[in-house]
Amino acid sequence: MKYTIMVNEGPYQHQSSDTALQFARAALEKGHEIFRVFFYHDGVNNGTRLAVPPKDDRMLQKEWSELAEKHGLDLVICIAAAQRRGLMDASEAKRQGLNADNIAAGFRISGLGQLIEGGIESDRTIVFGD
Amino acid sequence: MAMLHIVNKSPFERNTLKSCLGHALAGDSVLLIEDAVIGAVSGSSVVAELQQAINGNSISIYALGPDLTARGVKLERVLEGIQVVDYAGFVDLTVANEKTQSWL
Repeated sequence: MKYTIMVNEGPYQHQSSDTALQFARAALEKGHEIFRVFFYHDGVNNGTRLAVPPKDDRMLQKEWSELAEKHGLDLVICIAAAQRRGLMDASEAKRQGLNADNIAAGFRISGLGQLIEGGIESDRTIVFGD
Repeated sequence: MAMLHIVNKSPFERNTLKSCLGHALAGDSVLLIEDAVIGAVSGSSVVAELQQAINGNSISIYALGPDLTARGVKLERVLEGIQVVDYAGFVDLTVANEKTQSWL
């Protein structure tokens, strides 16, 4: 079965980012396909590569990147939500005249249309949030 | 066309479980995850509503086991009639139900 997963909550905010990650792992283990993970609202904060949590804490941003690399996941960050929260890739930083970018490996920035496409292309869309 | 309803907040914090139970139809499933699993504890004040859903309205109620364990709730304290699932069981529920609604 093909899934789109939507994450509306930031890492360490409550538990939804953790739940989404665990759900994604379980779905992949069962042989399902994850068409896309769409990060919206504070969920875009899952996509920064500059997070440095304490060593004994879970490392959500890194775990998303690692899962994406292992399974070729398409992790998409909403551009409007990202701009508000200072999430930038290199081209967006350049366009905005900023001197740094911070997007994590495996993530890309795009628009809400990607969520709609995910909903159309997938058998199931599961929403995780606050 | 059965629907899976996902509730993630404690019924003592938000009214999403109540709203959900008010909308769920016979044959639907309700999965309690994160802080919502507290509502599954036997003897809580939402037990009557959950029992009505299970026995009166033919709604299946599930609770996510790892979230119960994380909150120190032993499985024998879970209200009778509520089925405990792991993440694999969570995935199976999304397969079995054509639609999924997260009550955020």
